[in-house]
Order: sequence, then C-alpha cells, then structure tokens
Amino acid sequence: MRDVAVIGVGMTKWGELWEKSLRTIFTETALLALDDAGVDTIDSMVVGCMSSGLFVGQEHLGSLLSDYLGKNPAPAARVESACSSGGLALRQGFIEVASGLSDVVLVGGVEKMTDVTGCEATYALGTAADQEYEGYHGLTFPALYAMMAVAHMHKYGTTREQLAQVAVKNHLNGSKNPLAQFPFKVSMEAVLSSVLVADPLRILDCSPITDGAAALVLCSLETARKRKKPFVRIVGSGQASDTIALSSRKDFCWIESTQIAAQKALSMAGRKVEDIQLFEVHDCFTIAEIMITEALGLVKKGRGGKAVEDGLTAIGGKFPVNPSGGLKAKGHPVGATGVAQAIEVVKQLRGEAGERQVKGAKRGLTQNMGGTGGSSVVHIFEAD
Amino acid sequence: MPTPSRYWREIPQRYRYEAGRCKACGFICFPPRLVCPRCGAREFETTKLAGTGTVLTYTIIRVAPEGFEDQVPYAVGIAELEDGVKLTAQIVDCDFASLKIGLKVRLEFRKLSEDGEAGIIHYGYKFVPA
Repeated sequence: MRDVAVIGVGMTKWGELWEKSLRTIFTETALLALDDAGVDTIDSMVVGCMSSGLFVGQEHLGSLLSDYLGKNPAPAARVESACSSGGLALRQGFIEVASGLSDVVLVGGVEKMTDVTGCEATYALGTAADQEYEGYHGLTFPALYAMMAVAHMHKYGTTREQLAQVAVKNHLNGSKNPLAQFPFKVSMEAVLSSVLVADPLRILDCSPITDGAAALVLCSLETARKRKKPFVRIVGSGQASDTIALSSRKDFCWIESTQIAAQKALSMAGRKVEDIQLFEVHDCFTIAEIMITEALGLVKKGRGGKAVEDGLTAIGGKFPVNPSGGLKAKGHPVGATGVAQAIEVVKQLRGEAGERQVKGAKRGLTQNMGGTGGSSVVHIFEAD
Repeated sequence: MPTPSRYWREIPQRYRYEAGRCKACGFICFPPRLVCPRCGAREFETTKLAGTGTVLTYTIIRVAPEGFEDQVPYAVGIAELEDGVKLTAQIVDCDFASLKIGLKVRLEFRKLSEDGEAGIIHYGYKFVPA
C-alpha cells in the first residue's frame, strides 16, 4: 500500500445558498481545491452525497459533476453512507491512491438541501434510519438522538447544561470561522430556552439544514514530494458498520462503529489518541459529540458530559474537539460534512486556521458518522 | 406515496407481531431476517412477540415528519419485551409526566397515520401503559 497525501483543499461559505445549484456549489469548491493543489489533470474523482435524489431530484452525480468540472472522461463515482458519505468518499479516494490504481484523485462532498421544504428535508434525512420500523412510527432523527440522550442522562447523570455546553463551545469556535453558516456565539441561556424539538433536545442542540460542498486533492507521497510545497499525509483510515435501527443496539449510550473505526485508523497510523492534537467530529446533535468523545477514548465511558463542562474539549484544552465550529455552527450539508472535517484538519496542520488555530498541532483526527452510528469513518492526518 | 405491496408485505409483523426465532440459538429477530445476527444460522421458525415489556428510553416529538404533523406532541420509545426483543413505537394513553425508563407497557393495535384522504391507512402496534 502506498502512502497518501492531501495537496489541495477547497471550500466556500456554507449556508442557505438560494442562488446556487448543486452543480455550481460543487464545481466552485472543486476548482478551489485543484487551484490550491496546482493540479489540472486528475485520474479520477469520488463524490460523497447522501440524497441528491430526494433533495434535488438528481442522481448520476459522478458524471454530472465530472462534466461540469471539465474532467470528462475521467472516471467519477458518487458514494453514499448517509451523513458519513463525505468521509466514505475520502476513504475511497485514499484506497484508490494507496492501491496504486490512480495517482491523483479529487475527493468531494456536496449536499443541496434548501431546494425542498423543511418537511421534505426532514423526510430525506429520515431515510438514514430504518424506514419500515422507525420512520413508519413517526420517528425523526432528533427523536432518535433524544432517546440516546435520555438513556445517557439516566445511566451516567449527564446534565442538560452539559449538552448545552457542546453548542456553546462549538459556536464560540465557529464564530472564528468565516466559512461557517452560523459564525456567532450562543449563550447557555439561549440554548436552554430555545424551542423543544424532541425532549430534551432543543433547536440549538441540533445541526442545521445547509447547502454546501467541499473538495480535496489526494495524491501519492511520491508525487506530493515532487511539488516542493507543504502537504499533509493521511496516516490512518478506518470504517465500521452497525445496525441502523437504534433499537437493535446493545447499548444506546455507546457508538460502537466509531470505537471500532477509530481503533482501525489508530492501528494503521501506529498511534494512540494521546498523540493527536485536534479532533473534528460528527456533532449532528450535542449528545452525539459527548458520546463520540467517549467512543474515541478521549475520556472514559459516561464522562463525555463532564469533559465538555471542564473545558477538556475546548481550544486550549487537552483534546480540542471541533475547532471549526463543528456541524453545529459550521453547518451540515450532509454529504459534504466528512470532506470539510478533513479540510479543517489540513488547514490546522498547515497552520492556516487563523484565530481558531490549535497551536503546535502535528496530527489531527476526523470522525464522520451515518445515522445514529450505523456507519462511522475515521481518518488520521499528519503534517509532513 | 408507497404502493400497496410495500405496505401489505409488512402486515405479518405490524398486525400479527410475527418474529423469527433462530432454530440454532433461539435468538428472536424482529423483523424477521434471513441470517441470525447472533450466531449466523439461517433457519428460523415463526413466533409471536411477547405482548408486554419495559421502556428503555423515550422522547416526546414536538416537530413531526410528514404525515404525523397533526399528532404533535407525541411520545415514542424503545421497549424491551419479555422475550428480549427491543422495538420502537409510539407510547400512548399516558401523561407525559408519567413517562419514565422502567415503565411497564403492552403492545396494542392502533392506527398510526394515513396517506392523505384517499390513500392507505397505516396500522400497527403502539405501547400503552400495562
């Protein structure tokens, strides 16, 4: 297996991009990534997208986006694993370069979510759960995570304020990210008094509906070295699956697919979590970040709430989590999220993260997750 | 709108609570599967779900998906039945204040939702306090 490098990144401002189509937001970011890499020719491209069929009525994305990017007849594939589609695209691109099949691969992620009503968007997102045995009974994603929160609070004594602190921290980080959908702070009081969605989760516990895209250029280490420009290496990649129906899990407080994916990625990298200085994780809901910090092994089982309360996961803490603002403040265009996590880590490792820079960061980890943890993808990056 | 076949295909589970018991290890799958998630065996016999169980977790939905807008707020939960099967359903005939982990419930056959004025009416099980 060959070593793989990230030589270019591209992302534009996320939000409700009424004036732009899916193909335009993708192409803009892909061009930024290609320009950042100084590359014009690619061997292939992989795009993560959860549900362009339901959000904009368009499938066959690989070819559509290759065409609009001017890269035909390069092979292009769209991959899907619900909210971890972007992480999966990165992993597929990584595998393609590592295998030697391709030397330069464009990895992208995109979701255009505001071309449908909120109700239709909720339905599209709900397809990441078990449609026949969860959706049929009127379950929503916030409801599934709310049930995980109720179980975690009951078993470990996690508090309502600790959940809110995740949102407060991530918005503080996001206020320093000009590309974030919501680049502003929120107070504890604002989170605790925001409207209830599914008890105990309130609207400010939830990541938003977002239009956005993100892109990376990967290549072999050999090719990266010839360019004589700084780059970042991908030193670990892990993926795992679990039941998509929450009811089938052994423990509603534990995200096993994340724990296994992280173990695999760390083992490939030959590292421990203590060797990593920043973490971009899938905080689709505040409770998710708490459970992920436990699954990654940053804290013991049940201690995730205390960790955020004590500032362990703040920038400047022992394990900075979501310096970009996370899904909560940066936005969550589902298929793009996993790719954007990698972009934040690359920027941090290049020392280009501005006000939210984690000082002295040499290694970073991304954790991207589908559904309630039915799939997880973890990558580890290292500054060369 | 789903076709009738997509709906009636699930009737044995939704109306008659049919599950599959693994002939090798006894694990009960709901809905039935072709491969046992516990031991990997492929032979099952049909069994009926236990009618009662205990709530493991729950929430109250305030923002509903399409088709459930008229029902908000409504409670949902995951319960573990006496036979070890865990399943998700609405919890009804119950004050929100009395919802708790450990609440004893039984399955009851109810109307869940409908496809507009002329479409299929969706039935299935809900949890009610035992």
